[in-house]
Amino acid sequence: MATQNTTKVARAMMAPSVIALLIWMIVPLAMTLYYSTLGYSLYNPISTPFVGLDNYTYFLTDPTFIAALTNTLVLVVGVLIITVGGGILIALLLDQDVYGVNVVRLLVIAPFFVMPTVAALVWKNMMMNPVYGVIGQAMSGLGLAPIDWMTDVPLTSIIIIVAWQWLPFATLILLTSLQSLSADQKEAAEMDGAGALSIFWYITLPHMSRAITVVVLIQTIFLLSIFAEILVTTNGGPGSQSTNITYLVYQQAISFGDIGAASAGGIVAVILANIVAIFLIKAIGKNLDA
Amino acid sequence: MGKIQLQSVTKAFGGVKVIPDLDLDIENGEFVVFVGPSGCGKSTLLRLIAGLEDTTSGTISIDGKDATHLPPAQRRLAMVFQSYALYPHMSVRKNIAFPLKMAGRNKQEIDKRVDNAAKILNLADYIDRRPGQLSGGQRQRVAIGRAIVREPAAFLFDEPLSNLDAALRVGMRLEISELHQRLKTTMIYVTHDQVEAMTMADKIVVLRAGNIEQVGSPLELYTKPRNTFVAGFIGSPKMNLMGGSDAKSHNADMIGVRPEHIDLSQSEGQWKGEVKVSEHLGSDTFLHVQTSDHSEPLTVRAGGEFPVHAGDTVYMTPQQDKIHRFDGKGLALR
Ligand SMILES: Nc1ncnc2c1ncn2[C@@H]1O[C@H](COP(=O)(O)OP(=O)(O)O)[C@@H](O)[C@H]1O
Ligand SMILES: [Mg+2]
Repeated sequence: MATQNTTKVARAMMAPSVIALLIWMIVPLAMTLYYSTLGYSLYNPISTPFVGLDNYTYFLTDPTFIAALTNTLVLVVGVLIITVGGGILIALLLDQDVYGVNVVRLLVIAPFFVMPTVAALVWKNMMMNPVYGVIGQAMSGLGLAPIDWMTDVPLTSIIIIVAWQWLPFATLILLTSLQSLSADQKEAAEMDGAGALSIFWYITLPHMSRAITVVVLIQTIFLLSIFAEILVTTNGGPGSQSTNITYLVYQQAISFGDIGAASAGGIVAVILANIVAIFLIKAIGKNLDA
Repeated sequence: MGKIQLQSVTKAFGGVKVIPDLDLDIENGEFVVFVGPSGCGKSTLLRLIAGLEDTTSGTISIDGKDATHLPPAQRRLAMVFQSYALYPHMSVRKNIAFPLKMAGRNKQEIDKRVDNAAKILNLADYIDRRPGQLSGGQRQRVAIGRAIVREPAAFLFDEPLSNLDAALRVGMRLEISELHQRLKTTMIYVTHDQVEAMTMADKIVVLRAGNIEQVGSPLELYTKPRNTFVAGFIGSPKMNLMGGSDAKSHNADMIGVRPEHIDLSQSEGQWKGEVKVSEHLGSDTFLHVQTSDHSEPLTVRAGGEFPVHAGDTVYMTPQQDKIHRFDGKGLALR
């Protein structure tokens, strides 16, 4: 499209922002890399000897690491399944032409505006508390034994809370996509003998594939680094049942005062995020091509 | 088989009556064209027949069976949409195969029928492309292919050519006519273009505001328009309509003369006028002539070249046996 000349000019014009962006990213990354090679304890910050890869060995062989890695992936996948699945269902409902759908749309979007800490605390104390919580009360009312969510199923609880926060985002993107599906196509499929399920499977779902990809990619980036929800609800526990990589890094740095190991953990998290990104782009990136 | 009957069909959207009350018989194998100005309810009528809209009252029967409340899929009708409505994420082959797949046909039969349709429509070279990689005319053919593999009782076309350029439109018009000759299946074709109607139809249904103004063969509508609306709508350029003393002398409130039924002369004739615009096409010459007797300029067609230009004076005489007479309500007098 562009001539060689315009390409050159474009590169020159873009250079300052690209360089600024590089510095912005490279400097913290380089410093993290640097700290990850030091024996740096907050309890003895005077001496920071070079220890090579010891911090990495320590972080990766820590039994909590495997648990945290698993928890991170379970958290991401669990939330994705709930938000994409639930988002599609809610979007299908909101796409109907029924009275009051505009108000319902607004209500569905609302959780997105609640801060993560607030949302998590509300869920912990008002919904999932076994004695006072709405869910506990309802279960007691039905004669069932209430669940102590944060103790018995900590990771599931966090998945529910995070999914609740991200469901509006998924719904919104999927609804927009759904509304751009031409009525003609659905009518053509209807005349071709497709029932409601076939229309959904062969027409609607492929039409939404790009939006679903966007939702999965964007959410994955944020879900890999979930932190506040864990901090204010379970503190990663009981044990390490709800500790993810981000929370583990935080623990290394703040609870154990081990900046070296925390930096190594940060680098591991970056590598993990890249592996996940490459995997996702390979798996579903083709949906983004026009 | 594809005999379609509409009895006292009405359709209202909210309180607005779009189709007031309509009866129509479409015979098996006929090529019927619904023609009328934009917004007159052509698409609505077609969608009622297809089952994509519910009738407000009245019955629609297909092959003698009441189909008023049948879902679209069970009416055995195939529709070609103005937007083509192809499935963008499926290849041409999958698009055409879709109705067969939905009908649960086996793979061999699907392949055979799709290949056959692709051959008829010259689609074989594009069979593995996506609709987005095709030109307008090719997409149109895929849409037709998707319709013919079902072997429907009737085809419904809603302005299928209006998104194509002029040259392609003429070509596709011929192709659709040939397809009808070949399949001999009932076709209902909606257009606002009277040229398409005149060239393709066995039977034309002229609609205005949801009412049928006239039903007939193209030549019937041309030679015996039932009212001034049909007279003005059918034929190109439009019929000249005039009242006043011209009409009085023919015992009518209004008379009409087609441009091709006015004899031109540079020396003498019934009406004298000044040429405003002259269009020289070689095969024909169209003149727009302002006379002192008429408020509107008259349109006149001369076969071949007629050597006058803007500002020249010409004389015109209507051919007496080709004059259409209308009463005060616009209805033809015979
Ligand atoms: N779904 C609808 N809701 C309300 N009014 C409609 C709807 N579809 C069509 N109409 C109205 O019905 C009239 C006829 O429309 P249509 O059949 O599309 O006309 P045409 O195809 O002849 O141009 C128009 O006035 C249009 O505004
Ligand atoms: Mg229309």
